[in-house]
Amino acid sequence: MRIINRKPSRLTALALGLLPFVATIVGYAIASHYRRLDNPADKLLPSLESMGQAFWRMAAIPDRRSGDLLLWVDTFDSLWRLGTGMAVSTLLALTFGIAIGFIPHVRSALAPYLATFSLIPPITILPILFITFGLGELAKIALIVIGTAPVMIRSTAQAVLDIPREMIIKAETLGASVWQMTVRLVIPQVLPKLITALRMGLVPAWIFLISAEAIASTTGLGYRIFLVRRYLAMDVILPYVVWITLLAFLLDRALLLISRRSFRWHHLGGDAL
Amino acid sequence: MLKSFAKASLLAAALSLPLSVGAVQAEEKKDFKVCWSIYVGWMPWGYLQDSGIMKKWADKYDINVEIVQINDYVESINQYTAGEYDGCSMTNMDALSIPAGGGVDTTALIVGDYSNGNDGIILKDKTELADIKGQSVNLVELSVSHYLLARALDTVGLSEKDLTVINTSDADMIAAYATADVTSVVTWNPLLSEIEAQPNATKVFDSAGIPGEIIDIMMVNTETLADNPAFGKALVGAWYELMAIMSSDGDEGASARTAMAEASGTDLPGYDAQLATTKMFYTPAEAVAFTKAPELPSTMKFVAEFLFDKGILGEGAPSPEFVGVSFPDGSVYGDTNNVKLRFDPSFMQMAADGAL
Repeated sequence: MRIINRKPSRLTALALGLLPFVATIVGYAIASHYRRLDNPADKLLPSLESMGQAFWRMAAIPDRRSGDLLLWVDTFDSLWRLGTGMAVSTLLALTFGIAIGFIPHVRSALAPYLATFSLIPPITILPILFITFGLGELAKIALIVIGTAPVMIRSTAQAVLDIPREMIIKAETLGASVWQMTVRLVIPQVLPKLITALRMGLVPAWIFLISAEAIASTTGLGYRIFLVRRYLAMDVILPYVVWITLLAFLLDRALLLISRRSFRWHHLGGDAL
Repeated sequence: MLKSFAKASLLAAALSLPLSVGAVQAEEKKDFKVCWSIYVGWMPWGYLQDSGIMKKWADKYDINVEIVQINDYVESINQYTAGEYDGCSMTNMDALSIPAGGGVDTTALIVGDYSNGNDGIILKDKTELADIKGQSVNLVELSVSHYLLARALDTVGLSEKDLTVINTSDADMIAAYATADVTSVVTWNPLLSEIEAQPNATKVFDSAGIPGEIIDIMMVNTETLADNPAFGKALVGAWYELMAIMSSDGDEGASARTAMAEASGTDLPGYDAQLATTKMFYTPAEAVAFTKAPELPSTMKFVAEFLFDKGILGEGAPSPEFVGVSFPDGSVYGDTNNVKLRFDPSFMQMAADGAL
């Protein structure tokens, strides 16, 4: 049988999926072991055990200075920033995306501008963001919104354009107003694609969140990583990176689950990654 | 399945091998690399490489020394700590927390200068240090700025609990100061003089208030130095040859300083202004005297206690004395079984005696 027709069993699929993860951990453990033979206190590749201890210290032992459980404070503040930023971006994507996709005049006015604006790397205009939004939470959320909204608006607008023309003509024939078509036809068609856009937007959103917290902050996952980088505390940084990855993965899966539950019809045609 | 697992782990081992051999193998060798980053007192390192003075001294001892500039200060220390470089320029405080705290036995080879006004605290629309109470203070957390703030607060009976520290990247400090919510910053030159020049800014405290506590040093790996004294001799010889040129009033001194000024993005008057707030040790005798002075152990005690208080003195350090620091008279602050930072003026002494 050809290899493209051979399907792994459930167990083999699980084992194959785990293999690269295990290989990474084993590779790390080996490299770390050799480095620590030279210097038992090596900071670059700490042992899995010391990373576990550091993670436990951050998660379960109150900080000596503030009395807070640092990991949870950092996680809560970061997720709050990420959530607020993405909520604003999603709202912008829905309103502007539908306006651009559905109304030709709005499209002519905004689409070229948006296409240009979305190419500006937000990090390069940071000083302007500071002066406009201050150094507090607003600037961090603004960075996330500026970084994610343009692309999300564009993919939502594209989703509107992709609605079969026949459906719109049919609605018009039945005498629907623009508002009725927007609410009854466009929004239901666009929502699952908006969730996809949100999932795609979350990838750069995490990057912008971490960079915003690195610049001026008192809490947050990115703040902690850049703070302890000053003394090369990889035993704190690496577990934080794993933690961020896990949070991002869970968020992504949760959105996929919501999409599958709410828009079963959208997922009928085969499945995606 | 098992077989593929074995294969995979072998492959992983092969891939990760380069990571593990990066550490400096202490043995006799010919090629050495030291790194530095832009700071008024370290600009001579770049000039040593460019002018060929380093090569001259390396040739004399029949070795090769490469001096590499790294754009990010913390990154340069991390690279040294990870074993990529044999030496690196850093402050006494960062030497204790990063390489020494990370178990890399480190020796202060060349004590180059101390900050004598190069680090300072600036308040917006306020003129007294005590006014800082209750404010949000923007600074690079856990850096010498943070240390300076802690020492300054001591002098007016305040502590860090009386204010909020906001970790702010040095690259964004000037832009940050321009925003309305920032009312006080702690930073270093050339950012300091840039911010001080703003109309509403007042410098309320600077490192001249704690002279000799923020020391800029060429730190080298102790084992490498012990196995290769030629490495130490070449670096020290080249450094003090340049120091003599740099401090001279003639054209040669001015042209060396101009080159350093340009490399740091300023001009000769700007660089001289920064040198004015830096106590350079132009002669090896001065540096030796400073290293042997009785004040150094008490400075290192302050620093160790500060680092311990902030929780950054090595992993799970039980006390400020966790990492030992040895001094020229043989005394040790902290754990005598865990000496990782050594102040050893013997190479500078050779330069002072003209024995290089």
